Amino acid sequence: MTRTSLERVEARPGDPVMSAALVAEHGLSPEEWEQILGFMGREPTFTELGVFSAMWSEHCGYKNSRPLLRTLPTESAAVVQGPGENAGVIDVGGGWGVAFKIESHNHPSAVEPYQGAATGSGGILRDVFTMGARPIAIFDSLHFGSLDSPQSRYLFDGVVRGVGDYGNCVGVPTVGGEAIFDPAYERNPLINVMCIGVLPLERLIRGEAEGVGNPVMAVGARTGRDGIHGATFASEELDEEAVDSRPQVQVGDPFTEKLLLEASLELIERDLLVGIQDMGAAGLTSSGTEMAARSGSGIDIDVAYLPVREKGMTPYEMLLSESQERMLLVAKPEHEEAVREVLERWDLQAATIGQVTDDGMFRVREDGIVRVEIPVKPLVDDCPTYVREGVMSPATAEARAADLEAYGSFGSDEAVETALRTLLDSPSIASRRWIHEQYDTTVQTNTLEGPGSDAAVLRLPAEGRALAASTDGNGRHTWLDPRTGGRAAVAEAARNVACSGARPLAVTNCLNFGSPLRPEVYFQLAGAVEGMGEACRALGTPVTGGNVSLYNETGGQPVYPTPVIGMLGVIEDLERRVPSAFRRAGDEIWIAGTTRDEIGGSEYLAACHGLVAGLPPALELEEAAALVDFLVEGAADGAFASAHDASDGGLAVALAECAVRAEGGPLGCTVDLDAAPAGADVSAAGRWFGESHSRVVLTCRPGAGERIAAHGRRHGVPVARVGVVDGPDRPCRLTGAGHAIAPPAAELARIYEEAIPRRMSEEAGITS
Amino acid sequence: MSRVWSVDVRVTPREGILDPAGETIRRALGNLGYEGVHSVRAGRLIRLEVEADGPEAAVASTEKMCEQLIANPIIEDYVVRVREG
Amino acid sequence: MEVGMKVGIVRFPGSNCDADVYRAVTDGLGERATYLWHKSTDLEGVDVVVLPGGFSYGDYLRAGAIARFSPIMREVIDFARGGGLTLGICNGFQVLCEAHLLPGALVRNRNLRFRCHDVGLRVENAGTPFTSAYGEGDLLHIPIAHGEGQFVAEASTLDELEAENRVVFRYVDRRGQATDAANPNGSARNIAGIVNAEGNILGLMPHPERHSLSVLGNTDGLAVFQSLLAAVSRERSHPGDRRTDAAPPGAREFAAGAVAGAGVSS
Repeated sequence: MTRTSLERVEARPGDPVMSAALVAEHGLSPEEWEQILGFMGREPTFTELGVFSAMWSEHCGYKNSRPLLRTLPTESAAVVQGPGENAGVIDVGGGWGVAFKIESHNHPSAVEPYQGAATGSGGILRDVFTMGARPIAIFDSLHFGSLDSPQSRYLFDGVVRGVGDYGNCVGVPTVGGEAIFDPAYERNPLINVMCIGVLPLERLIRGEAEGVGNPVMAVGARTGRDGIHGATFASEELDEEAVDSRPQVQVGDPFTEKLLLEASLELIERDLLVGIQDMGAAGLTSSGTEMAARSGSGIDIDVAYLPVREKGMTPYEMLLSESQERMLLVAKPEHEEAVREVLERWDLQAATIGQVTDDGMFRVREDGIVRVEIPVKPLVDDCPTYVREGVMSPATAEARAADLEAYGSFGSDEAVETALRTLLDSPSIASRRWIHEQYDTTVQTNTLEGPGSDAAVLRLPAEGRALAASTDGNGRHTWLDPRTGGRAAVAEAARNVACSGARPLAVTNCLNFGSPLRPEVYFQLAGAVEGMGEACRALGTPVTGGNVSLYNETGGQPVYPTPVIGMLGVIEDLERRVPSAFRRAGDEIWIAGTTRDEIGGSEYLAACHGLVAGLPPALELEEAAALVDFLVEGAADGAFASAHDASDGGLAVALAECAVRAEGGPLGCTVDLDAAPAGADVSAAGRWFGESHSRVVLTCRPGAGERIAAHGRRHGVPVARVGVVDGPDRPCRLTGAGHAIAPPAAELARIYEEAIPRRMSEEAGITS
Repeated sequence: MSRVWSVDVRVTPREGILDPAGETIRRALGNLGYEGVHSVRAGRLIRLEVEADGPEAAVASTEKMCEQLIANPIIEDYVVRVREG
Repeated sequence: MEVGMKVGIVRFPGSNCDADVYRAVTDGLGERATYLWHKSTDLEGVDVVVLPGGFSYGDYLRAGAIARFSPIMREVIDFARGGGLTLGICNGFQVLCEAHLLPGALVRNRNLRFRCHDVGLRVENAGTPFTSAYGEGDLLHIPIAHGEGQFVAEASTLDELEAENRVVFRYVDRRGQATDAANPNGSARNIAGIVNAEGNILGLMPHPERHSLSVLGNTDGLAVFQSLLAAVSRERSHPGDRRTDAAPPGAREFAAGAVAGAGVSS
């Protein structure tokens, strides 16, 4: 193709006239507009305005988060591919790599929960298989309003169906995740999905557009008007009208996704491609420009060749469509026919829509007439970034200052037991069985530990090795103290992975926050990222990528600041993996880690007293790192029969979870909480339900406790024997701080199992 | 006069909304040798017995049900019809 | 003489348990397996055909309805009608019913939700080529993973299946009782798997291939593949004799009519 001078870019007849209002509608500030005029040297066409709007949105351009994200550690010996690609990749040994990434689909799910969640799953699967990796697991981290609200139940039900139907159909097991319920997420649920895939490292491929003249191909579903301006939509807060003025909802087609997955892996295996990328948010625009930017090349496409689903689509619409299950390929020219044959074999459409150039331009034609010509580098790399002033909100300051002394003690033993029952009945703590039984958790025959364990454990192709993974975050703690919340999200995820016996290696993160234009939200964002960075450095787990979702608010009310961490770790010998629940009667119960007087921000205060207040438990980095080493080395040594992280609900809930989740049915236990390692002046509530970090409930065979003690001494982790596992049909006999309770384990199991189904029973079977 | 009306609701994917089921059926028909099938849209039929003062009232109340539950107006169109007899 | 067996696993667009069956046969049992592409018309001389689980053609229209017309299915139908050992798991069971190789149909689960968990299964007939390595009444734990697994058929068909001992697996509780609570999807008479009248075609909703590898800690499903290996070896030493020791007397007399007549249109 011939070079085209800037003057020959032609506006389209009928395009809206450029105006300040139109620019503002596209989410660009007057300063940003000036910057665009500066490097374009002319006024952009309407189509070009659409391109800028998408690429300079928060979703693609990370305007408000990039300066903060730059502070995160991204490198280690294990990291093969850090941030900036479709997904991060780590080396797991034996020539194998693991690609993984987490992404949000919050706003689409708020509007249409089923399709929003389904298309969110589809997008993250594509991010992983476009690295050349076969997806082996999905995790879903979900936050909804209270299940007492019909709206929340509707959203929850639709999202679970959407995540399930998509992964089930594609044949990727959904093996873990979390479900948190809090009124803070009532109108703006958080739907974060992480995908993990495996690949032979020599087959790693990136989203690059190299080689002048190489054909650029659009593959997969045809392009419709779905989700036009989804990227911009995701970067604005949901207002009351959003439900009516929404862009066309994207519909997922997991069947086509499965074909794309198989075809893509075949193309990569046969080495027919130069680069490949999902057409995700901002569709053809972001995939085309980002691939060119990575290679320092240009790209020249003609939308007349793009297969479309609807008549009369404009270049603006084709460039910004977010129709699902589409990918952009750059093929090796001699293999263009072979690429076509593979795709046809999988019943997929492929259209060559242009080629790679060396002029650094993103050029889009309509039947030969140039409609867009924008230099790639400033478009992709020079999106303006903002460092803002952050300030703690008065509400947070007030909550932190609350006097919690009155909540530190219990009036009677019955009050303690009632609190334990209330916590086990809290949907945020209760069994997720209702959710994960709707997910295929065992397809691909890799699942060693599925949902219900601290971390899911999957076998790896590298002989004898296994992968452990977990997703964690705590919005309430982060709201009370962003830096601690950021640290804790990383540390808890690492702890969960280490409980299974795996060495934590790397993280992917999803930052779910309100509008960064609010100083109190920016304060949360900056603090949480700082805390995450500190913990990632202390634990040696760099960030390999992720997603930023801002503007999560409705009616001016932001959600809790919720950083979600997806953590991966490797177990060298899968036979040494450690389950989380009690194994058998007679085993000794030990507790590792120090209990302090920390009930601030606890699930106990929230569920039993309706209170979100106090300072969240401190996260001491050295303690967290020592505990991880203790767990990994102890597991490798076979010192533990089981290991379970104490988090929401504290030690009492952690012990009850160990008891009720036992594989053959609930087991009782006898435990003296006063025997657990503790700091000074711990209140009764702190001892039972406080959420001090870096604590784990362990068991071992009778008489084998000395090995736990030895590992504790070696790593400076305080450990103590606190009791024994009892048989089935026995109570959970817990004593501590002058109180004693003995609810039957079977009774606790019933509460734990029925909490979510009971609340969802009215809804059964209503939605499609 | 209040009586029970037999009402059909036909729900189809909205114009422009992707219909993976319809598209897959269309291709399968092509593979079976049925030429000239240009488009397939797959929806569903819901049959209700509704008590109302007249056919118009039956339609009106059913339309409300569609907006709220039976259809998802974001992605689906619906047509409500009172059946004869 | 050739030893062992070669299992052909059909890959429809949307099949997703094909690799799991492959691993069960190769890693679990140490036998050979090969994939059969849906557009192919060659069964490549395999001893056993497996229609694996998944969502062929997205399960759009009806589960199994479109896959049933794939080119390979003409060969599979001929193979099965000619007595070839044919195993349909989950989506494969649905395809076999749509192809009228097995009676009945599989409709949406009673609770209208996808369900995935281990179920208790009781071996009702250990005299088939798919179950000879089990004992009659054996209790197994095998995963299910389906949204449309509720087996339905006319009462007369169900009576016939039971009279001919063609119900091979039933959903049962821990004590081995076929209770309603143990029925995960509402299947008629707790039926989880059936054979055709000749006994050479088995369809079942649970996934034996997922419990066939010792590394995963449960090998309750492996005996299905061991049984097939035994049947293939027996066929080789006594060609034409598909009878197995425990085949119920009289079952073979029903053979002719049952295939053609027993299907419930769906």
